[in-house]
Amino acid sequence: MKRNFPLLLVFVFGILGIIPFILPHPMVQNTDEFLRNNLLKILAAFALILGLGSLLRVHFDKIRRKGQNWEYSWVLIGTFVVTSIIGLFGGVSGTGILPTRLGSFAFDIWTIYFNIEVPLGAAMFALLSFFMASAAYRAFRARSTEATLLLASAFVVMLGVLPLGNEISPHLPSFAQWIMDVPNVAGQRGILFGVALGMLATALKIILGIERSWLGGGGE
Amino acid sequence: MTFIILASIFALVPPTAVRAYDTPDDRGGAITIEWQLSADDAQLQRYEIYRSENGIDYEKIGLIGRGRNQIEDDTEDNKQYIYKVAAVVDSVRAFSEPSSTVMSSAQWLNRKKINIIIAVIVFGGLILFFIQHARRGRELFVREIAGLHAIDDAVGRATEMGRPILYCPGIGYIEDIATIASLNILGEVAKKCGQYETKLINPHFDPIVYTVAREIVKESYTNVGRPDAFDPDSVYYVTDSQFAYAAAVDGIMLRERPATNFLVGWFRAESLILAETGASTGAIQIAGTDQVSQLPFFVTACDYTLIGEELYAASAYISREPLLLGAIKGEDWGKVIIGAVLIAGSIIGLLTVFPIMSVFD
Repeated sequence: MKRNFPLLLVFVFGILGIIPFILPHPMVQNTDEFLRNNLLKILAAFALILGLGSLLRVHFDKIRRKGQNWEYSWVLIGTFVVTSIIGLFGGVSGTGILPTRLGSFAFDIWTIYFNIEVPLGAAMFALLSFFMASAAYRAFRARSTEATLLLASAFVVMLGVLPLGNEISPHLPSFAQWIMDVPNVAGQRGILFGVALGMLATALKIILGIERSWLGGGGE
Repeated sequence: MTFIILASIFALVPPTAVRAYDTPDDRGGAITIEWQLSADDAQLQRYEIYRSENGIDYEKIGLIGRGRNQIEDDTEDNKQYIYKVAAVVDSVRAFSEPSSTVMSSAQWLNRKKINIIIAVIVFGGLILFFIQHARRGRELFVREIAGLHAIDDAVGRATEMGRPILYCPGIGYIEDIATIASLNILGEVAKKCGQYETKLINPHFDPIVYTVAREIVKESYTNVGRPDAFDPDSVYYVTDSQFAYAAAVDGIMLRERPATNFLVGWFRAESLILAETGASTGAIQIAGTDQVSQLPFFVTACDYTLIGEELYAASAYISREPLLLGAIKGEDWGKVIIGAVLIAGSIIGLLTVFPIMSVFD
């Protein structure tokens, strides 16, 4: 029962997930919307509580064990508490019960999101350019025939999108575009065919209960 | 005489052949209206669409620019409507004849998707055939996938070095197949971690994926007879913010110094940030995703990369379960069919292009 019930649930909800794709009738679509918008949200809410519980447990445990950089765990817990209070009582955009303004600074989730999370995320994203440079250096070292081909095509594409490329030869931009449109797209489509078939096979295997790794493996 | 000249200037030719019909393959609540463009279309400002429920009182329900001859109207199902279309210049309107009576209703089958259904049945049938084939005990050959072959070595290396294994399933949600495939691989990796008593670190982006992954890892440890080795805090939720998650996983890589990093699942821009940080720590990195745009980053920065479908084949490859291997065989035959169709299509295309061989013109 412990194994069969989850398998039955997956089968039923897997089929319920496929049917709305081909049956547009409101009876089917409304059921699908209820499952996705209502039921999944309730499940997500419970999962979020479990998730946040796990996050706090890990960091309290780290503080207790005095693990490496344990002091930062206090930062996490502190900001978690402050953000939660502002979120619960300050509202989304200053409509809560907190005295939500100090001068021009509003204590609400939008303020925190736009003034803290967005800049921090942007800072991480900005790191990407440096990582890209180091990855490009590694990728473009001509150690083998394939790597040399990669280097040559990258060189052509880079030159082709620069004004300098047009100065060297007016055919260079169109050749660079050809590399992007033909060999590049051909390779991508080849991968996508495999991905589509792999998705279909994985979905079938899970819905029919053949793939049980998500149950911890085996059908035993 | 003057009256006749003015009348001929302002007499617009109305649109003709107005046809209203229930929008096909939808959930109801929509009627499509089509018409033949007015002969004066080039001079028009717009077309206005009028609707009536009794054929007498019309109300304007929409407008559309000249040169266009179709519009969709939101309606109430099982209620009769009649439509007229007016060609408009300034305040002059030339009304068409009314359409015939029409009412909208919901359809049960979306016929536009029949081709997809047939393809799914064909490819699904192939997969099920080979699964059945494997069930009968036939030996199936599956080529070696380097990234998956390296899993044993990677776990063994971590065990010898006394360092943990980091398994990062990316930033996908539970409805993403790549995430599901990643969880399947996580189950197999967790089994090996249980067998070798190697510490597993599994940080998560989505709380639902976290709860599922936690149960998978726990079950895997139980299945290899080591429920005691399962550390509940080894699988944990971090954040659902993309770059905060990337920062957290980077931090784990730099603090914990895992011997092996698995970056397997659904990734976006954070893929290179994770892979490059992992490479800088000297860990063996096994990556896999079906996101074509992220694959070059993984190929560059990781030791092994599962490309596209290899991600889905991974669980079968590791577990060596015949039924799962059968599905891979089915996928391969699916690719053979697609390849054959592409070649046939290309040949037909070529025969059409060259005039001398205009067989299919």
